[in-house]
Amino acid sequence: MQFVDEFCSPGLAKGLVEAINGLVDRVDRVDRMDKKIVLMEVCGTHTVSIFRHGIRNLLAPSIRLVSGPGCPVCVTDAWDIDSALWLSMQKDVILATFGDMIRVPGSQAQKGEGANSLERQRVGGADIRVVYSVLDALDIARNNPTKRVVFLGIGFETTAPSIALGIRLAKEQGLDNFFVYSCHKLIPPAMKALLESGEVRIDGFICPGHVSTIIGAKPYEFIAEQYHIPCVITGFEPVDILQAILMLVKARDRARIGGQCPPYNKDQARVEIQYSRAVKPEGNVVAQQILAEVFEPTDAAWRGIGVIPDSGLKIRQEYSQFDANMAFEIPQTHIETNLSGCICGKILRGIAVPLDCSLFGKGCSPEEPIGACMVSSEGTCAAYYKYVRYE
Amino acid sequence: MCLGIPVKVRKILGSMADVETGGVTRQASIALVEDVRVGDFVILHAGFAIQKVDEQDAIETLRLLEEIGICNL
Ligand code: SF4
Repeated sequence: MQFVDEFCSPGLAKGLVEAINGLVDRVDRVDRMDKKIVLMEVCGTHTVSIFRHGIRNLLAPSIRLVSGPGCPVCVTDAWDIDSALWLSMQKDVILATFGDMIRVPGSQAQKGEGANSLERQRVGGADIRVVYSVLDALDIARNNPTKRVVFLGIGFETTAPSIALGIRLAKEQGLDNFFVYSCHKLIPPAMKALLESGEVRIDGFICPGHVSTIIGAKPYEFIAEQYHIPCVITGFEPVDILQAILMLVKARDRARIGGQCPPYNKDQARVEIQYSRAVKPEGNVVAQQILAEVFEPTDAAWRGIGVIPDSGLKIRQEYSQFDANMAFEIPQTHIETNLSGCICGKILRGIAVPLDCSLFGKGCSPEEPIGACMVSSEGTCAAYYKYVRYE
Repeated sequence: MCLGIPVKVRKILGSMADVETGGVTRQASIALVEDVRVGDFVILHAGFAIQKVDEQDAIETLRLLEEIGICNL
C-alpha cells in the first residue's frame, strides 16, 4: 500500500466515470435543460492532475471544470516580487526562496528595465539561493553569520506552518541574521471573495486536499451555509478527483429532491471529506497552533484579483525581529503592473480560460512567460499550454 | 506548490526522520505531526510531514469505490 497506485486504478476510475455520467444523464433528462454543472477546483495541483489524467475528456459535456486562484506562485503580487528583488540587492543579503518563485516577473516585466525576476537578478550577481525547505534557509543563516538571510515566505496554509516553525526555531536558537518576507495567503477568504464578486457561477467546490490537512473542514462551512454550495475536500490522484466529482454531482442531485430545479433545496449543501486518509475534520491542530503563535491574518494583495481582507499572514509582534518588513526599509512605491494583454487576473477568478488570451502561445509560453499563470508549473496557463494547446 | 507525497517513516531522530518513497530516502521534519512512529506513512510537503496517512481509511475508501464500480456494471 503506497496510496498512489491504488488511487490511479483504471478500473476504479472507469466505475466512477460511469457513475458520474449516468447520474448527470439522468438529471439532464429530468431537468430537460441545457444547464452546465460548474465545479471549481481551487488548487493548482488539482488543475495539473485533472489535465494530466485527461479527466475533463472523460466527463459528460454538461460538467464543466473551472480553475480557481489556488497557485501561491500565480497569486503573488508583482509588488511582492519587486520587494524581493529589492531585498536581494541589499548589502550582505542572501535571499533564500522556493524554486517556484525564481522566474516570476515583477512589475517591470515588459519594460525591459534591468532585472525583472529573481532569476535575472541572480545572473546579475545577487546571492539568491533556491531551497527545498525553510530548514535549509536556517542552515544558510547559521553558516553565514556575517550575512543577513531573507527567506521568501510563499505558500498557502499547507506551507505556512513550516515557515512559522522555522521562525520559532530561529528565536530558540538565537539566530539574529534570519528574516522572513511573508507573502503567505489563505484559501477560504479568497473563495469568499470569488463568491462575493458574483462574477462566476459555481455549483460545487473541489477543495484543496493539502491545505485542508492543516485547516480541516470547518473553515469551508460558511460556503455551504451562507452560499449553499457543496464542498468536497479532495485528494490528488485521478480516482480521488473522480470520487469528489461524483460526490458533488450527488450533492446537487440530493438538493433537488422534492424541490424545484432550480432553485435547489438550499439547506442541503455541506462540506464533505473525500481525502479522509489524510484530512481529519479538525485538521492538524499542532500545525494550527504554531501558525497562530507566529502569524496573524492581514489584508493581502492577490495578483490579478486585488486586496482581499484577512487573506494573508503577517508575523506577530512577538516575532517581529524576524520580519523582513521590520528589519529593512522596503520602498513602498507601488508601481502599477503593466502586463498589457495578460488576462491572468480573469483566469484566477475563473471567468476566462487561457485560450481567451491573445498572447497564449504567441509571445507567452513556459520558456518566455509573461504572466505568473504561465511561470508556475501549477499555473492554469502552463497546464493548458502543456495539455490542451493542440486540442 | 502544495504538492505533498506519501512517504514511509524509516527512522526517527528527535524531531527529524528518515522517510522513504520509491526507494529514495531523505530527511524530513516531523515536528508538525504528533505521534509519528516508524512504519507510518506521512504526507511530505516542503521538507515537513504535515499529516499522517490513515492506512485503514485508505483501504476502506478503496473498498467503497470498488462497490461503485460493481454497481455500475
Ligand atoms: S497566456 Fe500568458 S499573458 Fe496570457 S493570461 Fe496566461 S500568463 Fe498572462
